[in-house]
Amino acid sequence: MNGPELIVPKARRKGFAARAFANPAFVCGAVTLGLIFAMAVFAPLIAPYDPLAQDMTNRTASPFWLAGADWAHPFGTDGLGRDYLSRIIYGARISLLIGIFTVITSGIIGTVMGVVAGYFGGKVDLVINFLIMTRLTLPVIMVALAVVAIFGGSLTVVVLVLGLLLWDRFAVVIRSAVMQIRNQEYIQAAQSMGYSTPKLLFRELLPNIFDRFAVIATFEMAHAILLEASLSFLGLGVQPPTPSWGLMVAEGRQYLLFDSWLILIPGAAICVLVLAINMMGDALRDVLAPENRN
Amino acid sequence: MTQPVLSVRGLTVDLPKNGDRPHAVSGISFDIHPNEIVCVVGESGSGKSVTAFTAMGLLPKALKPSGGQMLFEGQDLLKMSRREHTRLRGKRMAMVFQEPMTALNPCFTVGDQIEEIFKAHTRLARSERKARTMALLEEVRLPDPPRVYSSFPHQLSGGQRQRIVIAIALAMDPTLLIADEPTTALDVTTQAQILSMFKTLKSSHSAGILFVTHDFDVVAEIADRVVVMQKGLVVEQGTADEVLNDPQHPYTRQLIAAVPRKREDAPEPLSDEVALRVQGLKKTYHVAGTLTRKARTVHALHPTDFTVRKGETLGIVGESGSGKTTLVRCLIRLLDPDDGAIWIGSRNFAQGSRASLRAARKDIQIVFQDPYGSLNPRRSIGEQLIGAPMNFGVSRSVAWGRAKRLMKIVRLEEEALYRYPSQFSGGQRQRICIARALMVEPKILIADEAVSALDVSVQKEVLLLLADIKRNMGLTILFITHDLRVAAQICDNLIVMSKGRIVERGTVAEVFGNPQQPYTRQLLSAMPGRKWEAPDVA
Repeated sequence: MNGPELIVPKARRKGFAARAFANPAFVCGAVTLGLIFAMAVFAPLIAPYDPLAQDMTNRTASPFWLAGADWAHPFGTDGLGRDYLSRIIYGARISLLIGIFTVITSGIIGTVMGVVAGYFGGKVDLVINFLIMTRLTLPVIMVALAVVAIFGGSLTVVVLVLGLLLWDRFAVVIRSAVMQIRNQEYIQAAQSMGYSTPKLLFRELLPNIFDRFAVIATFEMAHAILLEASLSFLGLGVQPPTPSWGLMVAEGRQYLLFDSWLILIPGAAICVLVLAINMMGDALRDVLAPENRN
Repeated sequence: MTQPVLSVRGLTVDLPKNGDRPHAVSGISFDIHPNEIVCVVGESGSGKSVTAFTAMGLLPKALKPSGGQMLFEGQDLLKMSRREHTRLRGKRMAMVFQEPMTALNPCFTVGDQIEEIFKAHTRLARSERKARTMALLEEVRLPDPPRVYSSFPHQLSGGQRQRIVIAIALAMDPTLLIADEPTTALDVTTQAQILSMFKTLKSSHSAGILFVTHDFDVVAEIADRVVVMQKGLVVEQGTADEVLNDPQHPYTRQLIAAVPRKREDAPEPLSDEVALRVQGLKKTYHVAGTLTRKARTVHALHPTDFTVRKGETLGIVGESGSGKTTLVRCLIRLLDPDDGAIWIGSRNFAQGSRASLRAARKDIQIVFQDPYGSLNPRRSIGEQLIGAPMNFGVSRSVAWGRAKRLMKIVRLEEEALYRYPSQFSGGQRQRICIARALMVEPKILIADEAVSALDVSVQKEVLLLLADIKRNMGLTILFITHDLRVAAQICDNLIVMSKGRIVERGTVAEVFGNPQQPYTRQLLSAMPGRKWEAPDVA
């Protein structure tokens, strides 16, 4: 037994992509999300009209599935005669922008807090836990209301408010994940091998919490998009005439009885986007679970 | 001969389709008679636990028995309905599990959990149930039965809990008792007590006992008959005497040859150069008080002195709670000792903050017990190996070259560097851990129970590898273990620890041949299989 030992050739572990694309929920979510993303990016090329151009002679034109509609405006026009399809297409930009920036801001804040609290423990953990508790007692909508009352509503304010408020789940989940991993022997081995603390955190620890991060990130993205819609609906978010799906629902409210598509279409858009993201997050959790890896 | 209690005839259990072999066990046959302990021996993956679980009807859903018979008192267990099988369980047949820490429900008192059995199977009155429970606690020799009766599991030690699991199993006086590695998780002195209890039980209850184990010394201690399994097949069976002293099948011979034994050859002379000098090393834990409990101080390590010479393998032996883990953690400064000095060369490793020690860490490295937890699952083997030397300023290409050389030394292919930990077996991972520790060319290597989680044949290979590396690299090894047999095989000198103190030290021959302290004597006499001299079959 002196020669090198042959490694038993095992079936090669399937890569992340192979496992993800074998999961129907992931494919559904990813395709839908991809389409919406493309729509947002190429909005100026796809949108048939300027989303802000008003046409008072052609107000509340019906969408294509109702009688008396014409295909010039497939989703009809709103109360100011603006083309509804173009507004939906541009509205995707706002939703995705909010979702992505909120997750980046809150993800960074929450992960840093979670890792620091979980890894160092002790007094640091006490302080951070206190911050998390404090944050959990604040209702997001109330805080947003106060902030908007002070600074006025705008896209920047909404992104900032949501980004600075939605880190709680990141912090809680990542803190407990790090507390588990910290006691694993490979972390102790790394300590005894002279890894500096930052290197240890980035090389050894963070890769092992990525799966949890990815799952929370998708859910928080959906959460942020819904909150933006609610804030805009309440008039505290994005200000008119910017096309935002939440704002479009709010503006359609007065037409609810006779021209209900004005609410149905943006409502459906929000619904589809959030569903797609949640499906992906759900599927990610299954795909990334260690027991499914071999 | 009497009718067998359990008669297994050609039992086959299928594995799910994508398993590494079609059957978990295939076509196995053996009998268990009353008043008899049958040991099923094999390494992990041999199908010994699947056999035990099939008899109890506790197989996971993915596994299906597909052929053969399992006759229990004349009835075929495989053809029985779930309901009928449930009625037998606990009453006519009972099981003792490996892990006493998790086999009891933490929410109920011990008394409740034993009485549960009487509630399920009899119509005894409350007072009678309690009387029978007390009698059982007496029978398994638990101290102070009334106190134990009203205790919760977490208030008892591992050995006491295993006795309770056995008491539950014995409650209805079953004719078949199945024990799945019941002593593996226990200390050697506790193991000796539990094993002697099993020997008494066999005659006092005239039960047939199916005892699953991987340890040939345990087999030698208690077995009447032995069934040796490998990869789902029975390769050999017979009386304990036949199998242990005159093994026929090459696999049995291989297993017996791998049983760790004291070396007979004289140890090589050691140099006078001191590699590690520990002086007055001390560690105390302070447990903060709560509303209902006073603050306590636990002396995990009383002031400890020892020296290790260059090229020596020093074994540190002790049971759980002896302070050996605290000692190790202090030595590599994962814990900060309260007092004392650790001299490696001219540097005191016990002084200075942990950050200032980083540069000195390359002198002392560690291999941990758990081959599954000590490698980062998300990084390739190569990346994990070159990380440590690069921390000490070695360039990437030099480190990579060293990693390739070490792969050869631990007898793995270079290709392994590009793979991830999940693609290796436990033994292979432990070699990778050894290679990783050697990457920084340490002076001292600590092996913290490094072979305890491995199968005997793998254990033997890793021990040989360590001995080879030590010889070729002039390494000094601190070998921490709870297993005296392993220590005797690999170490030059031994330290025996108990309750945070060194109670005995000396060469292997001195400690084994002429122990001075009662504790050492007790430890030695608790070793299973002392009466059995393994035949030379290699």
